[in-house]
Amino acid sequence: MTTTIDLVSYEDALASYDPVMGLEVHVELGTNTKMFCGCSTALGAEPNTQTCPTCLGMPGALPVVNATGVESAIRIGLALNCEIAEWCRFARKNYFYPDMPKNFQTSQYDEPIAFNGYLDVQLEDGETFRVEIERAHMEEDTGKSLHVGGATGRIHGASHSLLDYNRAGIPLIEIVTKPITGAGERAPEVARAYVRELRELIRALGVSEARMEQGQMRCDVNLSLMPKGAERFGTRSETKNVNSLRSVERAARFEIQRHAAVLSSGGTIVQETRHFHEDTGSTTSGRVKEEAEDYRYFPEPDLVPVAPSREWVEEIRASLPELPLARRNRLREEWGVSGTDMQAILNAGALELIVQTIEAGADATSARKWWMGELARSANEAGVAPDRLAITPAQVARVSELVAKGELNDKLARQVIEGVLAGEGTPDEVVDRRGLKVVSDEGALGAAVDEAIAGNPGVADKIRGGKVAAAGALVGAVMKATRGQADAARVKELILEKLGVTEG
Amino acid sequence: MTEIIKLTAAETAERIASGELTAVEVAEAHLARIEAVDEKVHAFLHIDREGALAQAREVDAKRERGEELGPLAGVPLALKDIFTTEGVPTTVGSKILEGWIPPYDATLVKRLKAADVVILGKTNMDEFAMGSSTENSAYGPTGNPWDLTRIPGGSGGGSSAALAAYMAPLAIGTDTGGSIRQPAAVTGTVGVKPTYGAVSRYGMVAFSSSLDQGGPCARTVLDAALLHEVIAGHDPMDSTSIDAPVPPVVEAARNGSVAGMRVGVVKQFRGEGYQAGVVQRFEESVELLKELGAEIVELDCPSFDLALSAYYLIAPSECSSNLARFDGLRYGLRVGDDGTASAESVTSLTREAGFGDEVKRRIMLGTYALSSGYYDAYYGSAQKVRTLITRDFEKAFEQVDVIVSPTTPTTAFPIGERADDPMAMYLADLCTIPTNLAGNSAMSLPCGLAPEDNLPVGLQIIAPAMKDDRLYTVGAAVEAAFVEKWGHPLIEEAPSL
Repeated sequence: MTTTIDLVSYEDALASYDPVMGLEVHVELGTNTKMFCGCSTALGAEPNTQTCPTCLGMPGALPVVNATGVESAIRIGLALNCEIAEWCRFARKNYFYPDMPKNFQTSQYDEPIAFNGYLDVQLEDGETFRVEIERAHMEEDTGKSLHVGGATGRIHGASHSLLDYNRAGIPLIEIVTKPITGAGERAPEVARAYVRELRELIRALGVSEARMEQGQMRCDVNLSLMPKGAERFGTRSETKNVNSLRSVERAARFEIQRHAAVLSSGGTIVQETRHFHEDTGSTTSGRVKEEAEDYRYFPEPDLVPVAPSREWVEEIRASLPELPLARRNRLREEWGVSGTDMQAILNAGALELIVQTIEAGADATSARKWWMGELARSANEAGVAPDRLAITPAQVARVSELVAKGELNDKLARQVIEGVLAGEGTPDEVVDRRGLKVVSDEGALGAAVDEAIAGNPGVADKIRGGKVAAAGALVGAVMKATRGQADAARVKELILEKLGVTEG
Repeated sequence: MTEIIKLTAAETAERIASGELTAVEVAEAHLARIEAVDEKVHAFLHIDREGALAQAREVDAKRERGEELGPLAGVPLALKDIFTTEGVPTTVGSKILEGWIPPYDATLVKRLKAADVVILGKTNMDEFAMGSSTENSAYGPTGNPWDLTRIPGGSGGGSSAALAAYMAPLAIGTDTGGSIRQPAAVTGTVGVKPTYGAVSRYGMVAFSSSLDQGGPCARTVLDAALLHEVIAGHDPMDSTSIDAPVPPVVEAARNGSVAGMRVGVVKQFRGEGYQAGVVQRFEESVELLKELGAEIVELDCPSFDLALSAYYLIAPSECSSNLARFDGLRYGLRVGDDGTASAESVTSLTREAGFGDEVKRRIMLGTYALSSGYYDAYYGSAQKVRTLITRDFEKAFEQVDVIVSPTTPTTAFPIGERADDPMAMYLADLCTIPTNLAGNSAMSLPCGLAPEDNLPVGLQIIAPAMKDDRLYTVGAAVEAAFVEKWGHPLIEEAPSL
């Protein structure tokens, strides 16, 4: 575990090897009840309060399939362009672990509900990469172990463990890609883009909030290298439970460098599971899989087969929402932005906020401007996602409306937003309380302009002489005099008017 | 007046309903009988005297208030210790669940309570229902009331012994490979394995999920039918439960007849290993059926020869997975927890101490049969045999209405005789296993005593799936004819203990 290896540089690694990836993503479904019993799935309850004989694996208790869980699985399968099984069974995956009450996990084995699909994902430069989907299958989550007394919360060195079965039986969908080849140096980026696209898809389908930081979506990154041009895959490592988009990319990148280091020094890759460490960006060895673990799968005799009728599948297909990539492409055209801009919006987590702001009445350009500018900065400074800011899309739309009406200028609008974020009330309340209206009283404004001309005769002369650009200095003086509460464009008009110059 | 304990369930229910007897009197008579003879028989693992009397008092109160009573209101019942009972110990005959008090009632138990049946206690059984003699119980064997040195059958030996010794007029069994029918046969009582899915398995501790089926045990065909009707029916908590009306079993039991019926006799259910007296009583039963107007059809079901082998791959495979949950961490026995031991070591020590030899044997067999590389050869092939057996039954039922056979090849054998010979023990279920594999229904009822040992012989009647009523139509006719021939029910020849 403590052996350090000298990594090969990323560029050198890619010069000699082609990476092959397999991504396994587990998604906790947002059903109200568990997969095989009626217990609540709500997060945050006291340990072991959301349990019953079935999810505790009590002698005699039996499972019954959650129909909403099956429907969610089909929705995901259809959105991933998969075929949906006409008939499939659950299977028992047998292994002993204290957080699994029955000592087998009810899962699916060789008869997944959905199979043979693909997901198109967009890379940073707007290019599209197709990831082939092997299968999506239904299973149940395990309970949670809390290892007490050890150094890192791992079982090693712990004095005892506590078990919470609230999570046991929560429905999971496991989505497995086919081997991803041909991504070359972009493999880590593809991994990240895939997980993100999948997350967007899951959210759009309304089957889960897919919050990675809460463990609602977890990714295993399987990676191997083969010499450039080879066709036979190398031995893979399985980096388990990578829990953020950034980590998915870093884990893939690290493993490419580590594998290359081992292989180029004549070593062999051990098939094993690995843990990813956020702090160092590296992985360490978990358990070695000398031979494939024998889970003794067999069809679950306590459950009847799942046989979704074709009519039902088509009903579900017809009810699918517009999928994220198609929607992004449509919005991109409607808003007239580039692919890279769209990626930036997505990266900032601002897409839905912009859409909602437009829906609340703002025009696309200003909605985008606020969320990608002022608000993105505020979110960044506060270290939160923009949807956690104390301002709603409707409020942003109101600010943008006030600007459009000429009641606020940009500078004032920024102050209004600052006030809303600080909890001073709605945009209109902030405008009132801070007295931020643009000075539109032509008389007062005219007086301020006269004053500025009188105070800056040199500048005035230049303008009269045709140097229109010099008007900026006079505008600045007027703005200063009105404490920023004037409409700069109107001020400029007045100056030119008074000096008898027309803008050419 | 006949002694209370000798009444049938139907008679008991009638007398309670009419006020001739109170439910409390009936419960007390049976509890007194248990007290008097169960020390010798050991049919019960747990007697719920308080619970039984409370339920009986409730029945009497209901009657006094003029409320409607269930069809078996106040009738006492012996419950196999494989069904969970809220607040009452449930051991499944195993040390590993010693002291476990379930927090919930099995669906079957809920139905019994709703029908005002009085549950006297929990009966002895082979550990986890694995066995044909009740000798595999971790709590000691049960004696056969016909001869206490002999086995009462298994796994439900406690339930059948309780019936034969008049400790209860009704009992519940479960049948994975014959555990209702073989005990019924060797104790001279009636036992029915309903169609798979007819009786909810929710709260029935699993041995082999795709084979396990709860069912009624009684001293008469009609009593079994009355109980069948109470416990059968769809249960949303068991997804393998049949969502269809229960066949009209009580009506069938009241209208026994075989005239014009085609009755099959299967070639594969005879040959070596069958005791002469068993064969003799079986052949006499076939003659009786003819006399009653049935047409006898010879059947060839070649796949039945493979049934025992297939069963001993499928049942252990499922059990190896079903019993994995008994790890000492959440309930029941826990061994080796000294505060420093790992969970793995506690689980290992608990299982070592908590499971008996037969259970360990089957867990190992099943674990092996499901292993990668062996799955296709063992579990996979066994499933194919299962399909063949189902097809043989389907073909057979194109030609006949029911099939008859001996229930088990021999009468009750002495306790200890086969204890060290698992293969000999497994042969006891030769004729009952095909029905479990195919999922259809079957009954065992008494057809006489074997001349060589004066012990009961069982006649098995097999019907297609969902046609459980046919068992009762034929069974009631055969029972009536035998009673007429013998002048009394066979059970009356049992020693009085």
